[in-house]
Amino acid sequence: MADAPREVWITGIGIVSCLGEGPEAHWRGLNEPTPIVDVKTFAPYAVHPLCRVDFDKQIPKKGDQRQMEPWQRIGTYAAGLALDSAGAKGSGDLLGRMDMIVAAGGGERDWAADAAILSGLPKANDRERFLNERLMSDLRPTLFLAQLSNLLAGNISIVHGVTGSSRTFMGEEIAGVDAVRIALQRIRANQSDIALVGGAQNGERKDLLMLYDFGGFGLKGDFHPVWERAAAPGFALASMGAFLVLESRDHAEKREATPLAKLSQVVVASAARRAGTVEASLDRLWNTLGSPDSAALVSGATGTEPATSEECSFFKRHPQLAVRATGSHFGHGVEPQFIMNIAVATLAVHYGKLFAPFDSSGVEEPMTGPLAQAVVTNVGHWRGEGLALVERV
Amino acid sequence: MSELLDAASRPVVVVTGMGVVTSLGAGKTDNWDKLTAGKSGIRAITRFTTENFKTRVAGTVDFVPVEPLSAPALAERMAEVAIEEALSESAIGSRGVFPGPLFLAVAPIEIEWPQRQELAQASGSNDAVSYDDLLRSAGTGQFRRFHERFLFGSVAYNLADKFGTQGSPISLSTACASGASSIQLGLEAIRRGEAEATLCVATDGSINPESLVRFSLLSALSTQNDPPESASKPFSKNRDGFVMAEGAGALVLESYAHARARGARILGVIEGCGELADSFHRTRSSPDGKPIIGCIRNAIADAGLEPEEIDYINAHGTGTPENDKMECLGVTSVFGEHAKRLAISSNKSMIGHTLSAAGAVEAIFSLLTLDRQRIPPTINYAVPDPTIALDVVPNVARDAAVRHAISNSFGFGGQNVSLVMGREPRA
Repeated sequence: MADAPREVWITGIGIVSCLGEGPEAHWRGLNEPTPIVDVKTFAPYAVHPLCRVDFDKQIPKKGDQRQMEPWQRIGTYAAGLALDSAGAKGSGDLLGRMDMIVAAGGGERDWAADAAILSGLPKANDRERFLNERLMSDLRPTLFLAQLSNLLAGNISIVHGVTGSSRTFMGEEIAGVDAVRIALQRIRANQSDIALVGGAQNGERKDLLMLYDFGGFGLKGDFHPVWERAAAPGFALASMGAFLVLESRDHAEKREATPLAKLSQVVVASAARRAGTVEASLDRLWNTLGSPDSAALVSGATGTEPATSEECSFFKRHPQLAVRATGSHFGHGVEPQFIMNIAVATLAVHYGKLFAPFDSSGVEEPMTGPLAQAVVTNVGHWRGEGLALVERV
Repeated sequence: MSELLDAASRPVVVVTGMGVVTSLGAGKTDNWDKLTAGKSGIRAITRFTTENFKTRVAGTVDFVPVEPLSAPALAERMAEVAIEEALSESAIGSRGVFPGPLFLAVAPIEIEWPQRQELAQASGSNDAVSYDDLLRSAGTGQFRRFHERFLFGSVAYNLADKFGTQGSPISLSTACASGASSIQLGLEAIRRGEAEATLCVATDGSINPESLVRFSLLSALSTQNDPPESASKPFSKNRDGFVMAEGAGALVLESYAHARARGARILGVIEGCGELADSFHRTRSSPDGKPIIGCIRNAIADAGLEPEEIDYINAHGTGTPENDKMECLGVTSVFGEHAKRLAISSNKSMIGHTLSAAGAVEAIFSLLTLDRQRIPPTINYAVPDPTIALDVVPNVARDAAVRHAISNSFGFGGQNVSLVMGREPRA
């Protein structure tokens, strides 16, 4: 594009997790670290359960709620919070041209139906026929729609009226990075004025724990903050929803929206995972951001290895940077994690200070000075590296 | 050099390579010959037993061997075949290096019944199997291969590694509009100047018992099983649902400047793209048709054209009573009197609904229509629907002057995307 890229502001935040809902609850939780983690329900796995949420507040029709599985309800709820925060809720004209990119997994299974079928299969005379019959009788017609990845976006269109465009990215952690990156690039290049970007996960799911523990990535046993898991690596899945409203500066000023922060850059890479490649990839991305050496780092480190150790090595070569891993507080949301962390970084630069350390390994150190820049990191447990630069307006 | 930029001063985006796999076969030549001969790829499902299902036909791709079979494995293999054809035609990059990003439309991925059964068996639980048993098996480390295979990003990452695309590969889903969204994302990236070339791919290999049951429970599928090749009846009065199908499409998109500089053959132009989501219902279109109308209008406006300049519509045309009615409403509203003059046909009458792949597969067929100046028919059109007064190119292909074509894609979740394509860059 011939024109200079437009400045992009974050004008709305909608977040919900085990720490509660909204900016204040999260800021409080981050500053008074007491892990809200459930190590019993899914033992030996640890998960961070969603706080108590009154879904009626953002999804008024019970009929809509019934059409969704929890991950969609969490996301639709968080999207509503973000629209409220941006002063966009109920503005039909604005919502009708608001773009949307959702980072999603999907597919919450009906555990009871699956278990009953698996129990019956070995005894069936004709297994294929048995499976067909049970699927026809046991699957709820609406379950499919509650499993489809793009139906979180679909529900947001229905419940909140966001219809300018609707795209869903998949692909674990990096889907969240790419969702924000593409929304940002579109606004910068004048392809879009305002966008709702976010994602959600229900981490209280045996089928999801199973997917990640095929590769041994689930955190088992006692809970420790992210940097203290080298002996027993893994992530604790989180239930969370995180949405942002991104907007060009001129568009925000025209409608007198308040900027919470500036989203200056999002960069992403996809290193083949071999020893040292994550660290090298972060180095390259850091240079692309222009080495913002006075920033604080809001890390999306998962606690899995070797990704977390390599991210740590990168930090150790930048000892002046204060680091915080949010995974220690609200767990690992996978697709929405990066978006949640951009929201956290936004709060930090908005308040002009960083939250307290939660780590006894020496990675996180107190930082009292004023803060105007934060870099969000995201190293996928399997693939993908991303960074975002969030700055005070 | 003005033809390097469009009327809105954006880089003109051309197509320099295309590859396709459907139930009709692999490759553009085979597919085009059969499409224009009015042949159907729909057949009785033999991959698994269907004896107690209401729907027993589909456009399965059984000639691409994959072992062990799973939806992502078949999707990946079909995508490879399509990409190889597209890259070979485009001659872009070098072996194992594609000079741009990958946008992949792919169905949501999940563990399937064979894997669940394997896990249950490994758990040693003889009587009642629970998810705790499956979790115990998963945690043994014996099933690491399932982690990579069933991650949502797995197909895109494997393709990115194999073909050496740049940056982060994007896996996307906009349900049945996914293929069109992959082209839209590629188009936008080139227009932003972020890339000179993009690899836009869409693939779907998910015909298995549970997928069939899911669509069947939503009453979306045709149950006219006999004969299979007549099941898909877009725009006919006796249409009763779509026919599930598999396939893949791959397109190399390139800025015209980049393509011309390297002397690439121009296969067509992606002139515009429109989108508008529907907030009415999870599976049904708004009865006033406004989102579809807005979507088509956005696409034509984005291309800098007037509706009268569109000569052909490659319809979403699923053959469900609802879709075809709403698409007709959208087309007649946007085009008015011109709707009587333009041709509209549905590839799905022959290849079925390739779901996540459809938007890309049908964009390729639209580009071939422009290139060959010949329109593939809507087959199985024996009982016209009097409420759909459109020229659906009934049953037989025809030669026609086609300047610009639109390909429509509509999906569950209120997804609407329309692409406008042309033959060559406009001066």
